Amino acid sequence: MTALIFLIFAGIAVFCGISLVVQTHPIASALSLIGVMGSLAVLYLQLGGEFIAMAQIIVYAGAIMVLFVFVIMLLNAGAETSTFQASSFVKYLGIVLLAAFLGLISFIIQATLPKTEGVVFGVFQGTTADVGRKLFTSYLLPFEVTSVLILIALVGAIVLARKEI
Amino acid sequence: MNFLIISLIKVALVAFVLLTTLAYLQWIERKVIAHVQLRVGPYRVGPHGLLQPLADVVKLITKEGLIPSHVNKLFYLMAPFVAVALALTSIAVIPFGPEIKIGPIDTWMQLTDLRIGILFVIAISSIGVYGVALGGWASNNKYSLLGGLRSSAQMISYELPLALAVAAPLLLANTLSFREMVNYQGGYWLGFIPRWNLFPEIIGFIVFIIASFAETNRVPFDLPEAENELVAGFHTEYSSMNFAAFFMAEYANMVTVTAVATLLFLGGWQPPFPAPYSDVVPIIIFALGGLVALYHGLNPARRMDRFTLPATALVFLGIAAIFGLSLFVPVLNAILMALFWFCGKILVLLFVFIWVRATLPRFRYDQLMRFAWIFLFPLAMLNLLVTSLIVALTTK
Repeated sequence: MTALIFLIFAGIAVFCGISLVVQTHPIASALSLIGVMGSLAVLYLQLGGEFIAMAQIIVYAGAIMVLFVFVIMLLNAGAETSTFQASSFVKYLGIVLLAAFLGLISFIIQATLPKTEGVVFGVFQGTTADVGRKLFTSYLLPFEVTSVLILIALVGAIVLARKEI
Repeated sequence: MNFLIISLIKVALVAFVLLTTLAYLQWIERKVIAHVQLRVGPYRVGPHGLLQPLADVVKLITKEGLIPSHVNKLFYLMAPFVAVALALTSIAVIPFGPEIKIGPIDTWMQLTDLRIGILFVIAISSIGVYGVALGGWASNNKYSLLGGLRSSAQMISYELPLALAVAAPLLLANTLSFREMVNYQGGYWLGFIPRWNLFPEIIGFIVFIIASFAETNRVPFDLPEAENELVAGFHTEYSSMNFAAFFMAEYANMVTVTAVATLLFLGGWQPPFPAPYSDVVPIIIFALGGLVALYHGLNPARRMDRFTLPATALVFLGIAAIFGLSLFVPVLNAILMALFWFCGKILVLLFVFIWVRATLPRFRYDQLMRFAWIFLFPLAMLNLLVTSLIVALTTK
């Protein structure tokens, strides 16, 4: 059952990921990205990371992507038009290169990753309390550094957007 | 297997009741606003317009679904579906009552309990904006687009105070599950003041209610569909069932936010009085309602009142009798009391929503944004800080 759900949502994630790249319209790409994030959230949920799953949806799908979509709509960006005219030779070469690249990647992953059993779903429970405790004890420094980073980005955006006095 | 059957029954029950409520909520809204403005409201279809929702549904289904030219068809048709599907999803984690035992069956009056139920509702409501934004954009109409953009900006802005207001009672109860939240609010201070989060978190409650007006696009924050500026905003180009889907989504969102407010701040199904007294309240209310209707039926002001009001009285007295009977059947009593107090609180909050719509004018757009960022957000933040300080000092 878990394997089936995993396959379904992993499939959706990969499909949406491909669709994100292939789509010519920015809104369609953005919606595909939301699909990727939603299916990732389901995968987190299967691993037992409830809080991470919900944070994924609230932060990425609910806040960041809404801003993306908002900006795309505001600029009223039209469909992308390709100016690049590829010859058929380049296209066939691309397919061969892509296959070689994928083979190489899968070989490296096979060779370098340790031979352990795969992740078993639902073994560990990442409750909200656990995440919070880890965040404020073991990972306090990265957490605070990240918030400073976001603050810097915020100040930078305001400085850039501000009109000259 | 047993679990599956019980779940299916519960899902069917909840879906049926919810959809009927949504249809009748619109009737209630029209009636209440009409009476506030000294009109009678829907009156033609059925006694006191009671069959009006049915007529509306038939009308909307049989209407032609127009698709304007030059719209992006996929997104145009997807938007209302997204809006209504997301709006109806949240009800899955809302508990309506405590654990009940009917013979061998032992179940909760809730579809499913997540340990992170509250986060789930926030997550679903945060992606609910896509329905409105997509609908506005895909309609290929500048008014719709403006409505969609306004709605995105407004919902992102008001999500912050909403989430902060929700966080404060979570700190008090130290849980993210709706069930435990309600259990935490059981009992009474000094024997008669209910231990609801409303009293320690009154600021949080007010912030939550104000922000939820904006989240559901209701007056005074209904900028996305401001009639005098944007025709009808994001759903200008929609007709037939697509339009009805947006409408349904709005009412479903209203039910969800009022249910969440009830669960977080008003103690869910916990009655406001200790048990022996609170059990009598519904009997008194329904019996009084029945007697008033009976009196007016016997002294009819209008011709048809002679028939409609005694019938209403009969229904009310029947409900009162059922509540009275339930005093002797503990199983029935547990279900009915929980439903009565939970639905009662939700209805009171829904009435406030409608009342505000009938009373207040609309905000201007810059006022809306300033209100969120300069007043509501700092207030919610302050409330959260004070609450966490108190929690940190009182717990070891």
